[in-house]
Amino acid sequence: MAQTKKDMLVDPLVDNNPITLQVLGICSALAVTSSLQVAFVMTLAVTFVTAFSSMFISILRNQIPSSIRIIVQMVIIASLVILVDQVLKAYAFEISKTLSVFVGLIITNCIVMGRAEAFAMSNPPVASFIDGLGNGMGYGLILMLVGIIRELFGSGSLFGITILETVNNGGWYVPNGMLLLPPSAFFVIGLLIWAFRTWKPNQVEEREYKIQNVEAH
Amino acid sequence: MAETQSKGLIGRFLAASPDSVGKTLFIAVAVCLVASMIVSTAAVSLRPVQEINKKRDKQLNVLQVAGLYEPGQNVAEAFAAFEPQVLDLETGQFTDQFDAASFDDLAAAQDPELSRALDNDPAGIGRQSRYKTVYLLREENGDLDKVILPIHGYGLWSTLYGFIAVEENGNDIFGLQFYQHGETPGLGAEVDNPRWKSLWSGKKLHDESGALQISVAKAQGPAGPEHHIDALAGATLTSVGVDNLVKFWMGEEGYAPFLAALQAGEL
Repeated sequence: MAQTKKDMLVDPLVDNNPITLQVLGICSALAVTSSLQVAFVMTLAVTFVTAFSSMFISILRNQIPSSIRIIVQMVIIASLVILVDQVLKAYAFEISKTLSVFVGLIITNCIVMGRAEAFAMSNPPVASFIDGLGNGMGYGLILMLVGIIRELFGSGSLFGITILETVNNGGWYVPNGMLLLPPSAFFVIGLLIWAFRTWKPNQVEEREYKIQNVEAH
Repeated sequence: MAETQSKGLIGRFLAASPDSVGKTLFIAVAVCLVASMIVSTAAVSLRPVQEINKKRDKQLNVLQVAGLYEPGQNVAEAFAAFEPQVLDLETGQFTDQFDAASFDDLAAAQDPELSRALDNDPAGIGRQSRYKTVYLLREENGDLDKVILPIHGYGLWSTLYGFIAVEENGNDIFGLQFYQHGETPGLGAEVDNPRWKSLWSGKKLHDESGALQISVAKAQGPAGPEHHIDALAGATLTSVGVDNLVKFWMGEEGYAPFLAALQAGEL
């Protein structure tokens, strides 16, 4: 446990990324990455929730009875998510309509619960806050990468600003419509995981079984 | 251990084992109380801003369903092109009992004086206001161009709220749009898909005999293609809900008297 605070923040970005290494939080990553703006707001929302829920849970960690600890964690996480949802509805109405149920579903995002249970329950508040921040940003990093690929090649723009003039608007670029559909996020995330594990081979998991050469009878 | 004695009540409480029954109950109640206070404070203090957003969004949807929306325009200004009127559903005539700009027909549905309970309720709305706010769009010479009628009804998970734009002849649909619903993203929520919405344009509510024929269905009915809107794939129950609510609001208990008046050219 000789982790420095900087490690805690930087580690989840690449070396211990919640999406590409732990493969958590995939559901919302599929749904909200067809445009960068939405992915960015989702990143902020998840980062806020993981950071503060980890911090509050850590402050209470010695007082939370173990028999109801998951419920207490859920209450804290859910309150923060409702808070985020209300703020979005007030100040980013259009985006909150696009995000629809996915803001509410942050409550069940495995990353948030995972950090609360695995880290915040046994570490001091500041460290937990930084750990939550790091994991939220790790999630956000992948979301933004997927968002860049999907929006640029799917609709020829970034943050809604046209980069590649599409044929429909009199340009030359024929957009790949598949990238706007949720399954394409699977492909992009899969390719990202492949790229990450080629770059850092120690992320490759050991096989759970080996194919044996059975001699023919 | 002498230290523990010098601690006060709070100190002893904090030092107590968190697994005792009393502490478990206390923590549960305390966490819930604090969390609910934070949530309700946020909900109450942000409500005015949210209401403004909702109102603006409703106006935006009226503009969109009438085909007048352009990105970046001032919604409130463009919305001034519409003439709001409060319609008495039973007579099909406008009434000046209420101020059309501020009358809220959805709130009126909860008021026993202004609404009625539905016996025959295919749209699943329970109570219906006797008065609805409709929006008229006129041409430059003052002739009626389109009417925008509010509709709502139950889909699969939620009540869908929307508008239907009908041409001045009371028969041709110009467009349909929902501004609020909680249907499944990717399936029922495809009611927001521009391609599906464009199917409504140019359809006819009634056949030549005047019978209501519009339907949202998987297969085209005997009435012919001009009365049929293809149901959403993978969203059978949402489609059935939309079918029911459109039939209900265009029928006798909905806007039929008003549409008849439009057809007769009385407005």
